Amino acid sequence: MSRDVINRRVRELKPSGIRRFFELIIGREDVISLGVGEPDFSVPWRIREEMIYSLEKGITSYTSNYGLLELREAIAEYYRKFGVESTHDNVFITTGVSEGIDLALRAVINPGDRVLVPEPTYVSYRPLAHIAGAEVIPIPTDPEFKITYDDLVRFRNEKIKAVMLNYPNNPTGVSLRKREIEEIADAVNELDCLVISDEIYAELSYNFRHFSIAALDGMFERTIVLNGFSKGFAMTGMRVGYVIAPEEILDAMVKIHQYSMLCAPVTAQIGALEALKNGEEELERMRSEYMRRRNFFVRRLRELFDVVMPDGAFYAFPNVSSTGLNGEEFAEKLLIEKNVAVVPGDAFGECGGNYVRCAYAVSMEKLKIAVERMEELVNSS
Amino acid sequence: MSHEIEILRLLENNGRLSISEISEMLNIEREEVERIIKKFEEDGTILKYKAIVDWEKAGVEEVYAIIDVRVNLTREKGYDDIAKRIAKFPEVHAVRLVSGDYDFQVVVRGKSLKDISFFIAEKISTIPEVRDTVTHFLLRTYKEEGVLLFEDDEDRRLAIVP
Repeated sequence: MSRDVINRRVRELKPSGIRRFFELIIGREDVISLGVGEPDFSVPWRIREEMIYSLEKGITSYTSNYGLLELREAIAEYYRKFGVESTHDNVFITTGVSEGIDLALRAVINPGDRVLVPEPTYVSYRPLAHIAGAEVIPIPTDPEFKITYDDLVRFRNEKIKAVMLNYPNNPTGVSLRKREIEEIADAVNELDCLVISDEIYAELSYNFRHFSIAALDGMFERTIVLNGFSKGFAMTGMRVGYVIAPEEILDAMVKIHQYSMLCAPVTAQIGALEALKNGEEELERMRSEYMRRRNFFVRRLRELFDVVMPDGAFYAFPNVSSTGLNGEEFAEKLLIEKNVAVVPGDAFGECGGNYVRCAYAVSMEKLKIAVERMEELVNSS
Repeated sequence: MSHEIEILRLLENNGRLSISEISEMLNIEREEVERIIKKFEEDGTILKYKAIVDWEKAGVEEVYAIIDVRVNLTREKGYDDIAKRIAKFPEVHAVRLVSGDYDFQVVVRGKSLKDISFFIAEKISTIPEVRDTVTHFLLRTYKEEGVLLFEDDEDRRLAIVP
């Protein structure tokens, strides 16, 4: 075979920095991992029970490419709480937000189109945009981790195709208030580009209610909202997400989805519907637990490092450079000497190099031990 | 949720949380937490702190029975009077007025089936207002006070997830 067997764009992708770290952990005992970007809760029982019942009834076939109509209607109704008015015609169900990101990029990107990616941010945007043929322009947002009007309008004459937004943000937990989002929307209008807004942590907002950029006047037409059930409803392994978008873009995305995925798993869709119908109480229970952990954890971390107060998600992103180490060195030392795993911040963009991501999706008991071990490490050096 | 209610919920779930832990979790002053807890302890909202014990695991033989009690009400004796009379026996673990086919659900704790049977025959059934009783001996408890008494939900997550 010739050496060109692998697609050029795929070959150009850097291997994930997390991989090496993952291998360091394997075989170690008594590790407390703050490296897990998913809830420590299982899917709430009533949702699991509904999925089990659907299997007992034999509901196991494909659904429409768009997903179950009842679920799409429920999502359109549900998203009003984040300010967005839409109907089921603007909604379709994906296999997790991850598929939604891929579809959104492939549906709109032509080779060479420019995509702005504020960083640090979730690990998949840059690779997926690259594979879709885009030229990715990362924008560092440290140390506040908020993209601003000025950050964006600098690209006024650069023919930008889309901006990726992820608030509340993984890995920093930072989110934007309505007036900050309005400024971003002004910049987007000046750039005359699209917004791909990954709002997977919307339900996990602690300081203010999440507000979707698609809710602003004139923004619905240029925004692809991506969300799902993994984080708020603790349904990660079910793989069920959704897209809310103007019909033209939505139909283009469904065109790819119908060939590549066909439909999201029906069992997961049924669970998602139950989550929207009857999941509010469980959601509230989990949300307040995360919020208590955040308050506890960030207060203790701040005695050791500079940490921006996270508004949402379940991450804190301390700057560890005061220890004389960068994020990767610190993470490795913390793992080897104290058996606590965190993720080096550069996995989420170059500007995260001096940071580590700590997920507080672990029980309060474990979180206490983890933070004590971090204190020991910092105070001993 | 107000801080007062949240503190009650936290303590209901874990009575050993310290004041500083609660203050860190809720991001409010220690003094405020202390004041709220003291108020609830004094006004009887917090009745007491106790442990939930899996006695079976501790190897202690204990027998529980749930007794359905039907009563005859009279002008002189209402539900409250009868309930208080039953509740004062130390063997009685819980007394609840319930809707349905019977009036009170009484939970009794004893050392043996015989022990409990005699207690019911001698102390409960003999109360003049008690019409009849049905005794259910407890065989196994799966959940107590919101706590599962079996292993569940082991963490199957990968150690690192982006």
